Amino acid sequence: MSKGRFGIHGGQYIPETLMNAVIELEDAYNQYKDDPEFNRELTDLYNNYANRPSLLYYAKNMTEDLGGAKIYLKREDLNHTGAHKINNALGQCLLAKKMGKTRVIAETGAGQHGVATATVAAYMGLECEVFMGKVDTERQALNVYRMKLLGAKVHPVTSGTGTLKDAVSETMREWTNRISDTHYVLGSCMGPHPFPTIVRDFQAVISREIKQQILEKEGRLPDAVIACVGGGSNAIGSFYHFIDDKSVKLIGCEAAGRGIDTNETAATVNTGSLGIFHGMKSYFCQDKYGQIAPVYSISAGLDYPGVGPEHAYLHDIGRAQYVPITDDEAVDAFEYLSKVEGVIPAIESAHAVAYAKKLAPTMSKDQIIVITLSGRGDKDVAAIARYRGEKIYD
Amino acid sequence: MTIADAFKNKNGKAFIPFITSGDPSLEVTEQLVYAMADAGADLIELGIPFSDPTAEGPVIQEANIRALSGGVTTDKIFDMVRKIRKNCQIPMVFMTYANVVFHYGTEKFVKTAAEIGMQGLILPDVPYEEKEEFSSVCKKYGIDLISLIAPTSHDRIRMIAKDADGFVYCVSSLGVTGTRTKITTDIGAMVELVKETKNIPCAVGFGISNPETAADMAKKSDGAIVGSAIVKLCAKYGKDCVPEVKKFVKEMADTVHSV
Repeated sequence: MSKGRFGIHGGQYIPETLMNAVIELEDAYNQYKDDPEFNRELTDLYNNYANRPSLLYYAKNMTEDLGGAKIYLKREDLNHTGAHKINNALGQCLLAKKMGKTRVIAETGAGQHGVATATVAAYMGLECEVFMGKVDTERQALNVYRMKLLGAKVHPVTSGTGTLKDAVSETMREWTNRISDTHYVLGSCMGPHPFPTIVRDFQAVISREIKQQILEKEGRLPDAVIACVGGGSNAIGSFYHFIDDKSVKLIGCEAAGRGIDTNETAATVNTGSLGIFHGMKSYFCQDKYGQIAPVYSISAGLDYPGVGPEHAYLHDIGRAQYVPITDDEAVDAFEYLSKVEGVIPAIESAHAVAYAKKLAPTMSKDQIIVITLSGRGDKDVAAIARYRGEKIYD
Repeated sequence: MTIADAFKNKNGKAFIPFITSGDPSLEVTEQLVYAMADAGADLIELGIPFSDPTAEGPVIQEANIRALSGGVTTDKIFDMVRKIRKNCQIPMVFMTYANVVFHYGTEKFVKTAAEIGMQGLILPDVPYEEKEEFSSVCKKYGIDLISLIAPTSHDRIRMIAKDADGFVYCVSSLGVTGTRTKITTDIGAMVELVKETKNIPCAVGFGISNPETAADMAKKSDGAIVGSAIVKLCAKYGKDCVPEVKKFVKEMADTVHSV
């Protein structure tokens, strides 16, 4: 079995042209991950540039309204650039600098990872090019302009379905074209080894902080940690330091789109099957001949036909549970959190809020749920208005 | 017929065309195989389309989509090969992506490929580190899993060559498949590294679209692989592409056989 396995998942299923690049990346990461100077620099960036640690906020109104478990929100939405994506972008760009790379490329779905990468590239003086599905550039036009404002070049991807999976494919193609000066800042805990491990480690700051903060506030661990899952980086970051704490339930919320009994869904663990794609073995939405399925979700950030290999493994061993949340449920939760708590969540994060709304009332008042609010919802306001039939312009 | 037979011309050089099965239809693909064999091709790469071919440039990506939109499946391609083998014995290899084989069931796929008379399999997203999972099954059924080396392989070439079967596919340039104006990689040095390790044919692919480049590559190796330039003809002439492809393949094969 090759390197970078999580049970049977993971691996390095990529063209030979890229093999020395991922080996170089792995060597560099192994050199720097425990290097005190690298970690001091990264911590300084987290704290003084990205506004970490993010708040663990007690959602009093939501807790009282639902009448069950005590609910905390891990506020990744308050990070610089408005989402957890900055944690990984800072880590990978710092690593790229140490490797002597002068150019970074990235894929993006909703645009949050593209914006985070463009932001850090601007700050660190790296050239930056972002690949984004044509369909997504249209539904997230504001983020395209943000990236341009930050000095990045944005390439609309017209191949395939013109969404996130095609953006990933196109960024991989671009990497095979220009490797020596270029690092691919992959945005989720997916792709070929060592990316799933690197991204997880940079996002693990989320669960490290949750653990410390909940112990300070409650003197005990939470009963459940809930996060949304597309590729799964905010979820793996939220779960990681709790994996060995068996009393903590880990729950990933997948985008069910119009429902897992329809074809318009992106719930990979619930509807997919084992496959090999984008460099990894994992679960994918696909047909009986292994053709990758066009997936659908109201959320551009969860609109991906695969899931990170570590999630596939946590599912296999039963350590984490993956539940489907429909568009309707996510939109209801989006509006609910806005009205009840005065916090507008990203539509991706609203999937996690939606499940908490179902779970909390079934739990007792002395139990604790932590929901990771992976991003803020400003980017989604226009789309939600359209979903509700209101005429509004971006 | 074996892959080795493809490299037994009078000058030992092979011309290897690639086509995407089912573009524009499986009937035309079948006719293309006969025409290319007749025109002097030594080995044919039959592409099984994949929805997301990450190693391909736009020309072959679009061919994959055209074929899939036309309803082509792995089973229909197997049936086409069964028909072809009643009329034509030219060595053939499948070229597709790991998931097409894995999800079909690697054992079932490879066993069927061997039964219907295929000689090899190329999986561009399966590097040396992941090949065991596929090569162990291929060995069992006598299918050669073709290894690729790239301009970035350097110190990996010996390791790859040592375990290579059939022939070694030398990727001429960085990037994805598609025509290029020139090839700047030192192909001679790559081939030499392979041959130091193992006496196995080396064929060069990616970016070869005219007789001059094909001749140059054939001089430096044991053969030239051409995909996008042929697929472009399939796209341009559709169901009438057979004579056009035949003419092109004849010119390329004649050139390769006379270097």
